[in-house]
Amino acid sequence: MAFNYDKYLRLEKMPTLWCWGCGDGVILKAFVRAIDKLGIDRDNVCVVSGIGCSGRFSSYVDFNTVHTTHGRTVAFATGIKLVHPDKYVICVAGDGDALAIGGNHTIHGCRRNIDITMIIINNFIYGLTNSQTSPTTPKGMWTVSQKAGNIDPTFDTCNLAIAAGASFVARESMLDPKKLEKVFVKALEHRGFACLDILSNCHINLGRKNKMASAMENLEWIDSITTPKKKYDAMTPEERINLLPTGILKEDTEADEYCDMYAEIIKVHQGQRKTISQDDFAKKI
Amino acid sequence: MATREVISTGNELSALAARDAGCRFFGGYPITPSSEVMHEMSDLMPEVGGTCIQMEDEIAGVAAAIGAGMAGVRTMTATSGPGISLKAENLGLAQMAEVPLVVVNVMRGGPSTGLPTRVSQGDVAQAKNPSHGDYKSITLCAGSLAECYTETVRAFNLADRFMQPVFVLLDETIGHMHGKAMLPTEEEVANGIVPRKSFDGAPEDYRPYACEHDQPAVLNPMFKGYRYHFTGLHHDAKGFPTEEIETCRKLIQRLEDKVELHKDEIELNEEFFVDDAEILIIAYGSVSLAAKEAIRHLRAEGIKAGLFRPITLWPSPQDRMRELGAKIPKVLVVELNIGQYRDEVQRSTGRLDIDGLFKVNGRPISPYEIVNKVKEL
Repeated sequence: MAFNYDKYLRLEKMPTLWCWGCGDGVILKAFVRAIDKLGIDRDNVCVVSGIGCSGRFSSYVDFNTVHTTHGRTVAFATGIKLVHPDKYVICVAGDGDALAIGGNHTIHGCRRNIDITMIIINNFIYGLTNSQTSPTTPKGMWTVSQKAGNIDPTFDTCNLAIAAGASFVARESMLDPKKLEKVFVKALEHRGFACLDILSNCHINLGRKNKMASAMENLEWIDSITTPKKKYDAMTPEERINLLPTGILKEDTEADEYCDMYAEIIKVHQGQRKTISQDDFAKKI
Repeated sequence: MATREVISTGNELSALAARDAGCRFFGGYPITPSSEVMHEMSDLMPEVGGTCIQMEDEIAGVAAAIGAGMAGVRTMTATSGPGISLKAENLGLAQMAEVPLVVVNVMRGGPSTGLPTRVSQGDVAQAKNPSHGDYKSITLCAGSLAECYTETVRAFNLADRFMQPVFVLLDETIGHMHGKAMLPTEEEVANGIVPRKSFDGAPEDYRPYACEHDQPAVLNPMFKGYRYHFTGLHHDAKGFPTEEIETCRKLIQRLEDKVELHKDEIELNEEFFVDDAEILIIAYGSVSLAAKEAIRHLRAEGIKAGLFRPITLWPSPQDRMRELGAKIPKVLVVELNIGQYRDEVQRSTGRLDIDGLFKVNGRPISPYEIVNKVKEL
């Protein structure tokens, strides 16, 4: 039987404002299926989104939802999560949202390793505001703010998240919704900061001016720049140029989660344990 | 009123008040001269099972605090002027989405980095409109150590009553002042807590933003079965984005009217030798302490000076200022900025002959300076 999404959607908000053929809907559906698969009650989920096309994600799903200011999802989510450490708090942000204006919050969410699942919908462009360069726009592509071709170097979202300390880091694209669902399940199950670089298409505001004006052409391009981690690991540095590995790139189940650590702080202040010292941590610096 | 005596600083008393008023979350970032508020909260919050987190920047500090407010607990941040500048956008979100929050601003010299360790009242105009757009700020200003406590308590109750950020302005002098203060007992404060309204009907009947034209939103805590939406966009009764003309107009008008039409619940002033005054001094915050001292000297010399001290700066006590302005020939505003509140006194009294004694070099105004100025009038 086909999966019934109705229970999880705010049907009165349909149709979405996303363009025909946009990957955001595929990602939303995979996320909903992951919540369903884990049997998580809708009341126990909070989705926090930022500004941009991805910002509307939160208004379409029937959970506790927050549409915040540009780039600040992780900061708002941190407050919500610390008040309710036992609930599922998910951030949905775009590449401009999470990596440009909100880059600092993304980094520090990773560093704290607070139990938030961060879905970065990376379509390599500022789509909603008509094609400005984002931190993931490939060099040489046309953007409305760099019509001669983008000269700004790109971020590798996953390398950034790994370096910043996120305990779960993965990359998938909307080309494979089943893999997407699986990685969402894993990320939601993981206790710690899960940073997901989810590649998506924007044939309207990236593709049209960069020789991939249809969704299919845009997706073929995404396919051409991605390769599974196993294959990627076996490649020479030369072969890896212009390729992004997909799959789970980091999974550390031993790392201290921030809310758990804060619970220990509370114990100290309530006289239930002695002060936390360096000896309490395997990794000190 | 049952009282207790404590010896403390203004910043520490503000933190203590937050705990006693039921605050359970603090999000902040270090900044002189307000950091001691966070230092205190880092002990006080976990003691009562709450959370204090030092975030990565000022923006994140207020965002985390607003997130906690959305989740349903009493929440606070503390900072100084440069921090308010950074927090401004998210303060706008809290105004728009009607999330209660207390913001303590311990004022230092500005603009920009200014005079980090020295006193100023340069953020009074900023407190009225920190963020873009239309809304009505509520700003309280402590004029004594005890008021650092009582005004912070009042701020929490007003935030929940009006469902919006409430500023508590301290200044470097009063924030770092160390001395004795008589405070209401913890029990007295606890009895005075009026929590925010909530809706306990069926979830399908819940309309958080469908309220009377002069009333705030009714926002239930998260994770209780009422799955609604917060947004900084113009929104409908359920909190979802809309551009419907009448809905947009009504929303913004309501943000104004919920405060404007209930100013009597917010206004608080002190009058000191005003009844027979021929010279009215208007001062607030730490400056009012010097003004009182000056008035004692002036009265001893037979000069009938009095003090009007707004404790709620915004919305301003315009009616009372108009009454006093119509009665008292000479009015002098004394403040540590170049007339930010004098503008409001001029507007309220309809008089352009309001005198000013201003200081913007990071030093307090002494009673002696006020005495001399009054004699010149």
